[in-house]
Amino acid sequence: MNVLQPIGRAFWGFLESTGRLALFAIVSVSHCVRPPIYPRLIGRQLIDIGYYSLPVVGLTTLFSGMVLALQSYAGLDRAVAEGVIPRIVVQSMTRELSPVLSGLMVAGRIGAAMAAEIGTMRVTEQIDALTTLSTNPHKYLIAPRLIAGLTMLPLLVLVGDTIGVFGGYLVSVYKLGFNPAIFLKFTWENVAFLDVWSGVVKAACFGFIVALLGCYNGYHSRGGAQGVGAATTNAVVSASILILVSNYLITEMFFGK
Amino acid sequence: MSARETLPPKIRIRNLHKRFGGNVVLDGLDLDVGVGESVLVIGGSGSGKSVLLKCILGLLEPEDGVIEVDGEPVIGLPAAEREIINRKFGMLFQGGALFDSLRVWENVAFGLIQGENMDRMQAKEIAIAKLAAVGMSANVGELWPAELSGGMKKRVGLARAIATEPEVIFFDEPTTGLDPIMADVINDLIVKCVRELGATALSITHDMASARKIADRIAMLYKGEIIWNGPTSEIDRSGNDFVDQFIHGRAEGPIRMEVRAR
Repeated sequence: MNVLQPIGRAFWGFLESTGRLALFAIVSVSHCVRPPIYPRLIGRQLIDIGYYSLPVVGLTTLFSGMVLALQSYAGLDRAVAEGVIPRIVVQSMTRELSPVLSGLMVAGRIGAAMAAEIGTMRVTEQIDALTTLSTNPHKYLIAPRLIAGLTMLPLLVLVGDTIGVFGGYLVSVYKLGFNPAIFLKFTWENVAFLDVWSGVVKAACFGFIVALLGCYNGYHSRGGAQGVGAATTNAVVSASILILVSNYLITEMFFGK
Repeated sequence: MSARETLPPKIRIRNLHKRFGGNVVLDGLDLDVGVGESVLVIGGSGSGKSVLLKCILGLLEPEDGVIEVDGEPVIGLPAAEREIINRKFGMLFQGGALFDSLRVWENVAFGLIQGENMDRMQAKEIAIAKLAAVGMSANVGELWPAELSGGMKKRVGLARAIATEPEVIFFDEPTTGLDPIMADVINDLIVKCVRELGATALSITHDMASARKIADRIAMLYKGEIIWNGPTSEIDRSGNDFVDQFIHGRAEGPIRMEVRAR
């Protein structure tokens, strides 16, 4: 009996927090579509998430594309490599690597920052102050972040796709000595709409997850500096895990037979 | 005074219960705050004073009881109606709770810009006037909250609380963490601002000097209930051992601090 008790309690706890997160998401999303909407705040978040994540996403995808070309070459016959590596690079980048790696990097960069900022606002009563000033914190703090996460990550991933392929190109042409024209020709032939589209759908989903969990953990943080620290950790860890789980589910949806 | 008593109270609280898990914080609290009256709740740390304010402001949901503002029940209101009720309120938070992503003047003008959709330039003029009312010059408005001292933060918080000219202002430990002189400056400002606005005020504190200065009436909160309630002038003749112990700050008496019991 005593063995089952903690398992049951953990299960209830899991259901409870899932339910709380779902309710939080519903309330916040409903504020995204209902006026008043704050264009200034949304603009600031768009720049923060979109523009300032460019270096991180660019570097991540650049080196992923480079390593992809290098590793594929190690396992391939020289004769077929020139035709296969562009396909491997472009398919892996657009389908998986660019969305997942960008999502994880943005979770570390943006999810943590959101949790820390909103968490600090919670413990210093700034969120209570918003409410007393007749401003809904969901609308003022969370909706702009969700909108920005949802719209900016797909754009980042498109940039990441391009830079990733460029990384593959750099290694293939300058290190492996491929013909640049042939690389580009095979790359272009292997860009499939479905691959890119699946990556964009994933990115939108990941962007939403990062913003939602960053805001959720910050919003419910308590107990001063330590609480904010815990909220930040939880935001990044839970967002990263959810990104990987939902990545599998979306892949299954697009490509599972 | 008699005219006030015939008016219905601005805030009427009956039988308020609030608990956190097994910890009962408010246990059947009753309190009336008359129109234009300044009521102050005293009580030890952790006695539930802040919880009381948060229940009135709708930041916490009590389990049971009635809170009426202008005769209108406000517990469990949907968010949109709560926003309308909260337009009547201004609040000075203990730590100021200034938004550190906004400049000082934007903090003061926040309720005007977000709550009342006022034009930014017009709101800025009012914000600067309110800053002047708490004794701060216009160039302070361009600073960030992180650049202010504790006393300045309190003043800016006060300016923000009065900017929308609320009908009721709440003060959460307005003098905590300030030196005695700055505390007195803040007390004077509170009295002046409340009087100029003709607002109703509900404050919580454990600073008796502040209590005597800003309150018309003092209520003592102990074990989740109001155990004594009377005009400020009678606080020294309350005949209540709990109140006497508290206002004289004695460790010995009927009040046993929870920390020692545990």
